[in-house]
Amino acid sequence: MTMEKTTEPIWWGLFSAGGVVAAFLVPIHIILVGFALPLGWISDSGALYRIWWVKLYLFILIVLPLYHWGHRHYFTLNHMGLKPISKLLAVLCYGGAIFGTVVTVWVLLKI
Amino acid sequence: MAEPTITLNVTRYRPGQDQAPTTQAYAVPYKEDWVVLDALNHIKDQMDGTLSYRWSCRMGVCGSCGMMVNGTPKLTCAAFLRDYYPHEIRVEPLANFPIIRDLVIDMSDFLEKLKSVKPWIIRKEEKPVVQGEYLQTPAQLEAFHQFTQCINCMLCYAACPVYGLEPKFLGPAAIALGYRYNMDSRDQGKEQRAIIGNHDGIWDCTFVGECSVVCPKDVDPAAAIQRSKVDMTKNWFQSILMPWGQR
Amino acid sequence: MSVTRPEKSKLYYRKMPATWWLQKQSYFLFMLREFSSLFIALFLLVYLVEIYQLTKGPDAYAAFIHKLSSPGWIFFHLVVLLFALYHSFTWFQSSAVVLPVRLGEHLVPRQTVTALHIVAWAVISLVVLILFLTLKG
Repeated sequence: MTMEKTTEPIWWGLFSAGGVVAAFLVPIHIILVGFALPLGWISDSGALYRIWWVKLYLFILIVLPLYHWGHRHYFTLNHMGLKPISKLLAVLCYGGAIFGTVVTVWVLLKI
Repeated sequence: MAEPTITLNVTRYRPGQDQAPTTQAYAVPYKEDWVVLDALNHIKDQMDGTLSYRWSCRMGVCGSCGMMVNGTPKLTCAAFLRDYYPHEIRVEPLANFPIIRDLVIDMSDFLEKLKSVKPWIIRKEEKPVVQGEYLQTPAQLEAFHQFTQCINCMLCYAACPVYGLEPKFLGPAAIALGYRYNMDSRDQGKEQRAIIGNHDGIWDCTFVGECSVVCPKDVDPAAAIQRSKVDMTKNWFQSILMPWGQR
Repeated sequence: MSVTRPEKSKLYYRKMPATWWLQKQSYFLFMLREFSSLFIALFLLVYLVEIYQLTKGPDAYAAFIHKLSSPGWIFFHLVVLLFALYHSFTWFQSSAVVLPVRLGEHLVPRQTVTALHIVAWAVISLVVLILFLTLKG
């Protein structure tokens, strides 16, 4: 089936990958960041984030769900009555995900 | 001894006369084994011959009698009065389709979309009769069998919010039927069904899943659509990363 | 056979309201599922900001963690966690529909596939927790 006309598979592929990452990994990180550390169940100096493969893991953990959000949110907003500004929504949603990717890479390289 | 009755609130719309649809209440006899279609037939035969609606087999195989019953798309031959009694039942034309008259909707959009997926076996070269029949293993049949059960009743289109919001969307049944032929080992026409992979094909779907919930034949069009997305994404990446390895 | 087409000018078109997703429970739950992606993205941004504090020194990092102990932030993370779990569960259900699993001749039932995903999620979460405890300073 020829599909040169549409780039949907890229976005859907990223959406799917992000969905898998979010489904399997995000809950435990919410527990760690949102409860375990602030409430003092565990203490942490942040040193582990400087390990190279931890940075790689963080890149996948943070960036892929951003594309999951961008793709999903684009459709959601369109279906909630914002179809007239569809093109702007595409820029905000997919652009937001791309911007988030750049920021994440910048932060991970800086720490 | 008064016979128990149940009230049906039925949409009425007379083209060229009414500006907008109205609702008419009918108190029909309540019988335990009656379905909504029986009640409609009683109305037409005994109470109000002007009511218009579609029906045929009255046993869930023709797909003609789809309507909204209390806001849910249903085959009226499969919606039992006893499941609603003693409450009133709202009967409206199938959602997301324009109304021609009363409970009759215009299905030409669906029929065009159905035709556009070429729902028939496409061969690069026809197999001559003397060569005998096509052979299929049980596993090959199982790969597409459930998707052959579609009776074109359009309940899935009525249930799909995306179709309601985006009239260009190809829709659950059309995609499921395209998938049925793509998955049939006898078929060689996948390239000719490219419309499925276009922007208003599978990619409009957000997997609400309501289409599969309302399907009276367990076709599971939602599954057909999502599996098509996986297939097409795989093919797309393959064609980009390994262009020499074309099917 | 000639076909009679309905007169297009007399057709009545019903408009779908923008609040369509409030009219049915299944549609509402669908919207919740879609919005879960927003809360997950927001959490990951918070996490990124927390990691960013390390560029300002270990005290800044500790101060940010302390900031997250306020009732407002705890409530935020509770909401985010509920949405994240809803995403996980509905994702595992969807995966069972999208990827049929065959064991020889038989199709593995969808609930079993979903249950196996949940088990995998629990194991993976445990592995992440152990790695974190092992690697942290």
